[in-house]
Amino acid sequence: MSRIAGRFMELGERGRAAFIPFVTAGDPDFETCASIIEKLPEMGADLIEIGVPFSDPMADGPSIQAASLRALNAGMSVPGVFELVRRFRRADDATPIVLMGYFNPIHAYGIDRFVTDASAAGVDGLITVDLPPEEDAVLRVPASVKGIDVVRLATPTSDEMRLRRIAKEASGFLYYVSVAGVTGTKSFAEADLQNSLRSLKRITQLPCAVGFGIRTAEQAKNVARFADAVVIGSAIVQRIAAAVTSEMPSASVIAETIGFCKMLADSVHAARQISVVG
Amino acid sequence: MTALTPNSYRSGPDERGHFGEYGGRFVAETLMPLVLELERAYSEAKHDTAFQAELNGLLKHYVGRPSALYFAERLTQHLGGAKIYLKREDLNHTGAHKINNCLGQILLARRMGKTRIIAETGAGQHGVATATVAARFGLPCVIYMGEVDIERQKPNVFRMHLLGAEVRSVTSGSRTLKDAMNEALRDWVANVHDTFYIIGSAAGPHPYPEMVRDFQCVIGNEARAQMIKAEGRLPDLVVACVGGGSNAIGMFHPFLDDRDVAIHGVEAAGEGTATERHAATLSKGAPGVLHGARSYLLQNGDGQVLEAHSISAGLDYPGVGPEHSWLKDNGRVSYYSATDTEALEAFGLLCKLEGIIPALEPSHAIAHVMRAAPKMAKDEIIVVTLSGRGDKDVFTVANALGASL
Repeated sequence: MSRIAGRFMELGERGRAAFIPFVTAGDPDFETCASIIEKLPEMGADLIEIGVPFSDPMADGPSIQAASLRALNAGMSVPGVFELVRRFRRADDATPIVLMGYFNPIHAYGIDRFVTDASAAGVDGLITVDLPPEEDAVLRVPASVKGIDVVRLATPTSDEMRLRRIAKEASGFLYYVSVAGVTGTKSFAEADLQNSLRSLKRITQLPCAVGFGIRTAEQAKNVARFADAVVIGSAIVQRIAAAVTSEMPSASVIAETIGFCKMLADSVHAARQISVVG
Repeated sequence: MTALTPNSYRSGPDERGHFGEYGGRFVAETLMPLVLELERAYSEAKHDTAFQAELNGLLKHYVGRPSALYFAERLTQHLGGAKIYLKREDLNHTGAHKINNCLGQILLARRMGKTRIIAETGAGQHGVATATVAARFGLPCVIYMGEVDIERQKPNVFRMHLLGAEVRSVTSGSRTLKDAMNEALRDWVANVHDTFYIIGSAAGPHPYPEMVRDFQCVIGNEARAQMIKAEGRLPDLVVACVGGGSNAIGMFHPFLDDRDVAIHGVEAAGEGTATERHAATLSKGAPGVLHGARSYLLQNGDGQVLEAHSISAGLDYPGVGPEHSWLKDNGRVSYYSATDTEALEAFGLLCKLEGIIPALEPSHAIAHVMRAAPKMAKDEIIVVTLSGRGDKDVFTVANALGASL
């Protein structure tokens, strides 16, 4: 069983949602980022999403755009991302790692070489924002040979027919984009989101994660009552940006970021207990 | 005919929007349903005679088509070789070929019930054309334009304001056309319910490259008929400048199956293709994926998109329409480049010899004609697209020549 499937099964048995923090690889620099990622599991991260920085992140709002730029300016690259994952795997062989990014860096690296090196480094899944089902076979097929899940996105614009198409060849989990928009800029109406998740659950056995518009511990807690996983990116990345801007030393950037992640994780993990009691 | 030569170069794209290995629909899932809806709507409109009749009426009475095919007698004499004809897209309403495509797309937007228009622009010609049709059809319009381009194309920014458009300055990345396109895509993804994105180049996800090409084919269709009328035969060489490649594909496509007609696209070489400051995507780039399609791309080894450079804001783009990539690889079209200096020289020559102030974009095509024509016989014929007029560029040219206005 893959790390992703194993982790969701384990959480399912414990009756709780997964907390998935997102950080951009190499933001603000390799060492600081490596230390943040290393500490995320003990803060309560059940899976970790690592952004592969790209010069033209069309689906991202200002926070993750800026994070990509910080990382690229600090010299991050695809081999650097794999190095980051290898380093994490030295101490942690259980927490699934999902890379999120755009297709061109994969294309330029060479698709077969990318999935081979990703697998060797310990990557478990890939989310490639600009590869919709119509185009993702070029990556999905070689990835599956290497045991890497290609996680597909479902959105508020996907109708039922489209959701069926998305779910059909998806693996690992489904990522529900809670808002029609770029990352970190809009908020969702909870009732709509819950309905969408219900529709999604009717057509897939895969775990369903929710991301793109969740910014606070309160929102995370509410979504965790009905979603299998909660992804938080922009809000975490903003913490890193603020710490960097105020010229905090690296140790403080790390402490600030993981402290925020712990608070989010605690909210996600407490969500269903409260729901039962309440 | 070799086994690899297709029966027709005009049958693409396939149903998945691919021209060979190029093109496709590399967009976020949120946009996929819209892109599919657009494809259906366009395919219906394409075969709807009422839609075509309305478009043709506007092209005739609003744009002033057909545009002239003008024999550049003094330029021909000066260069001493092939006869040179200019396809005068600069005489169109709004001063460039961009309006052909904008009218087609806004009619489609209205047909689809969309109530808000967005567009990206580099030189500002597409922005002006979009603002123009938005005004004509009474729809609110937002134009994304890089901060750098706003600075060097001030006259066009003011024209867009006059036409009632909101111009949003884009400060991310290189602050030019590619970043304006990123920002327009972000707007589209956040306003899917009511917004129509009028892409100005033969780029973007399927069906844009096909649709923009079809709307721009009026250039080549007219030129082909006008040439037969004027000379009783087809030209020997067709030339156009290529940034994203919309005027070029519109001129080239009707000639693709005329095997005796040579076709040359001309990219911007900026300060030279041996330097890092150029926009010669087909000459110096490698296949990659940006803005919805697989095509040639200026990028580094890690797949990060590089900043392009050209004195002409309209050619300052690190990508190119996917059909051009396909036409390069199969050899039907040859792609060359011209530097900033060569384009400025061509600009000056056309002003002085023909009394025509060309835009800096087609000045690159003229620069190529200056190299090609003298090597050709006097009874041979070249047709070159003069894709726009140069009023918008006088500040840039003055700056480059060290003149103050």
